[in-house]
Amino acid sequence: MAEITQGSGKKDGKVRSKKTSTRIDMTPMVDLAFLLLTFFVMTTTLNKPQTMEITMPEKPKSEDKQPVVNEKRVLTLILGGEDKIYWYLGITDPKVELSNFSTEGIRKVLLNQNAQIKEMVVLIKPADESKYKNVVDILDEMNISNIARFALVDITSVDKELIKDSKL
Amino acid sequence: MGKIKVQRSSTSIDMTPMVDLAFLLVTFFMLTTKFAPEEPLAVDMPTSVSEIKLPDTDILTISISKEGFVFFNIDGKYNREELLNKMGEKYQIQFSPREVRSFSLLSSLGVPVGNLKQFLNMEPEERKLVKQPGIPCDSVNNELADWVIFSRTTNPKVRIAIKGDRDAGYPVIKKVINTLIDKKVSRFNLITNMESGS
Repeated sequence: MAEITQGSGKKDGKVRSKKTSTRIDMTPMVDLAFLLLTFFVMTTTLNKPQTMEITMPEKPKSEDKQPVVNEKRVLTLILGGEDKIYWYLGITDPKVELSNFSTEGIRKVLLNQNAQIKEMVVLIKPADESKYKNVVDILDEMNISNIARFALVDITSVDKELIKDSKL
Repeated sequence: MGKIKVQRSSTSIDMTPMVDLAFLLVTFFMLTTKFAPEEPLAVDMPTSVSEIKLPDTDILTISISKEGFVFFNIDGKYNREELLNKMGEKYQIQFSPREVRSFSLLSSLGVPVGNLKQFLNMEPEERKLVKQPGIPCDSVNNELADWVIFSRTTNPKVRIAIKGDRDAGYPVIKKVINTLIDKKVSRFNLITNMESGS
């Protein structure tokens, strides 16, 4: 196919012997091709980073009315240091409990509460000691537990006191 | 004798299909590979189960390192040039065409605007050695906010993504998020890695 026939006019015996010499040795080209191939395979990043989209509420204007939520529907999660989660229900005189990021920990709490409370609102309050990882993890848990109403809120001094008092 | 010769030629394999394939793959990978410029900071991203992929273009990345330094990056060479000129106008710094060019080729940036001119005049090799202090985003001196505003005026389609290190403390994240909310950016992306196992 890729062979070139030599010009005619010579004796038959000679033409035959030259036919083999016109075949190109492809080995170096193949070497190069595979070298490039390996290089590009290695350098290509296979997995694009994932992303989590969150929408924060806009800054409330002073004339805006804030929606009122029944405190019984509020579940507060406080992300502490060392991967701890403190959680409590309601706002007045709450009972603080401790949980963690394992499947048996906060996910169970969230699923239980979500089943019990209709239209539950989750307030996530990361303390200053908490890490970014904790925040992402808890937002992830919201996704997993199909909780639509949650908000990332700043921690208040009341919450800090609650944690201190709970001694958990 | 004649027979032996015929057998000899048949033992050499025809490599053409293999070469075809190899070159096909080479072309494929060459066209799909995008060389990411070297990042000045290493970010170990947290994992999540989210399956939304980050788009390739029109992305403004705010990276937060483990130590809490904030870095800024935006894609698009022309966007970057325009952005730098706008920043220069605001902070009354004149950037030469050479500085603008070197800015457009940069990856993440973590120097305050005041030191930017000096930083851009360095050689690329020198720049790698510099420890970038991060972009100030305090309430007193919030340069990050300006970067975000001008990026959005330069490229209105831009999406904002936060790429934080898993061990970055929350106060820094809060500062960045508050800056964004202040600037009326209420939708943004958190870049994460794929959850492994579980």
